[in-house]
Amino acid sequence: MKKIISLVLALALVLSLAGCGQSAGSDEKRLPTEEILESFGLDPELFSDYDYGRFYGQEITLNVANWGEYMSINDDEMTDVNEAFEALTGIEVNYKTYASNETLYSKLLSGGATYDIVIPSDYMISKMIKEGMLEKLNFENIPNLANIMPSFLNPQYDPDNEYSVPYLWGMVCIIYNTTMVDDEITSWSSLWDPKYEGDILMFNNPRDAFGIAQAYLGYSLNTENHAELDACASLLREQKEIVQGYVMDEIFDKMEGGSAAIAPYYVGDAVTMCEDNPDLDFVIPEEGTNWFVDAICIPTTADHDNKEAAEMYINFLCEPEIALANCDYVGYSTPVTQAYELLDDDAKADERRYPSDDFLAENTEVFVNMSDEANAYMQELWTQLKVDNSNVWFVPIFLVCLIAATIAVNVYRARKKRRDSF
Amino acid sequence: MKTPRALAIPYAVWVLIFTVVPLGLVVGFAFTNPDGNITLENIFAMSEYMSVLFRSILFAIIATVICLLIAFPAAYIISRVNAINQSTFIVLLMVPMWINFLLRTYAWMTLLESNGLINRLLGLIDLGPYSLINNSGAVILGMVYNYLPFMILPLYSVMVKIDHSIIEAAQDLGSNKIRLVRKVLLPLSMPGISTGVIAVFVPSVSTFIISRMLGGGTNDLIGDIIEMQFSGNSYNPHLGSAMALVLMIIVLFMMSLFNQFGSEEDVPL
Repeated sequence: MKKIISLVLALALVLSLAGCGQSAGSDEKRLPTEEILESFGLDPELFSDYDYGRFYGQEITLNVANWGEYMSINDDEMTDVNEAFEALTGIEVNYKTYASNETLYSKLLSGGATYDIVIPSDYMISKMIKEGMLEKLNFENIPNLANIMPSFLNPQYDPDNEYSVPYLWGMVCIIYNTTMVDDEITSWSSLWDPKYEGDILMFNNPRDAFGIAQAYLGYSLNTENHAELDACASLLREQKEIVQGYVMDEIFDKMEGGSAAIAPYYVGDAVTMCEDNPDLDFVIPEEGTNWFVDAICIPTTADHDNKEAAEMYINFLCEPEIALANCDYVGYSTPVTQAYELLDDDAKADERRYPSDDFLAENTEVFVNMSDEANAYMQELWTQLKVDNSNVWFVPIFLVCLIAATIAVNVYRARKKRRDSF
Repeated sequence: MKTPRALAIPYAVWVLIFTVVPLGLVVGFAFTNPDGNITLENIFAMSEYMSVLFRSILFAIIATVICLLIAFPAAYIISRVNAINQSTFIVLLMVPMWINFLLRTYAWMTLLESNGLINRLLGLIDLGPYSLINNSGAVILGMVYNYLPFMILPLYSVMVKIDHSIIEAAQDLGSNKIRLVRKVLLPLSMPGISTGVIAVFVPSVSTFIISRMLGGGTNDLIGDIIEMQFSGNSYNPHLGSAMALVLMIIVLFMMSLFNQFGSEEDVPL
């Protein structure tokens, strides 16, 4: 019996191996780079002469984890970035998505998933660097770093620019429906305006929500001062009275459908919403705002044999036309100089999408990782805000009632049993 | 006849790997801090979230009661029609469940929004707009809608076995309708009720997606708070596990309490 099973298993193994060999072996010869690029509608002139073919036929698989809807793939009208990379390099891309920085963090920490490429945001990158979760990059394999705008090099979250290459970026803006809002929106104060009671949406995550209160009150977006955080919390509590809801991705339906009048959100997504509903418009508030950058990194848990291939992928994402495709698809701003130059003039001139360096320096602040203590405190304030703690005594009373009920039922049953036995 | 015990092995292995071990991990996480030391801190920290826990239980109880009130007559009616109509009704009941639960909840969002379908229709006759979404009513509606089939199905499967002659006998002996339900139908369908109550109450008390989508983030339930500990900004699996553990114990407690009522009712038969 055992022999038969092992025979079947061996056979299955051989067959599957043969299957693999065939699929990779059939197109063993790589087409010339120009032909591959042209078949994807890319201009070879705009591509660097980087040797993308050196791993061809080696059957390498890269595990890439990115935000949902954050790369130009599966859209018939646009270059499929991953397919182009696969055709060019012979490296297979296993693409996965995640919904938040924290989900990615916990996945990496628990070791439940091995990724060769991840794209976290600024403050999460500094946290991961601090905790030794990111690999230093070998920039000899990423010559396209030269394409990145100088203002994105050596950022606060990665001061020596050793661990990350910027992918896309943006600011936090106020998006509003021009048919429902009469005044000119210029300030965060509109989100506290009782006129819009029941029509205001707010971020459903503490960092962004506190960030708005901090910007409104003129504090640093990275403040760890408890008094300042308390002030932000009471401001947010005031706002809770007139807020319609706390949302993240649900905002697309609600703003596009006209269910809400005014909300803070990320510029790139605001661009997308405005395309879908021309009544919408967005503005960068005068008090200043958060400037965020999502950057490409390699986690320490990644497969070390794949590191050079992963760096090749990073370099590929910094190719002007690839960065352009991603920027067009996602709606966020690109840090790649040549991709920016390829944009149409309207987008380039849009101060909200591509503000001047001076504006960024004066009016915006990047999130960096807060200390665990301050983070926990902010979290506590946020939970208190979300959870109305008005009736703490209910639960103990409830538990007592429950226990009393159990005892009563048992006593009743015991007595009844005794009665029945007569 | 002796049942061969070997047949239980696959299930036992399944339970061991996917229930016992994870449960052990939850307990382990609940009583340790991030440095790996044993602590009761997480359980104490739970007290801050007790009002949410209470609200979740309250919402779940309300949803369960509404489900029961709707499902009891519905199941009775279905169980009394002829066999072909019975299967039609059951299929009609099941069809919405073939669609993903998330999508069905999204559909409710489009219905209930302040310029959603319902308000637009009301607008035609100069009513509204009413604010139907982002309140606790919408959350309970979501629970009732999503979990109602779990109440109807067990009730139906029990009621369909009630011999019609028993009901006729009760009527012949002069029992009025209320008495018929109280003395005959209710005791006979008690096993279905207790299964249904568990099937509705347990997912309702721990839901997080319904409250987020229909409650607009202003009606967070304990499920949301637990989810936040694992994939939200406050990454703290230890506190999350402690919450899950406390929730589990309370639910177990309530279930055992309910089952005692259930078996009590069974006695007269």
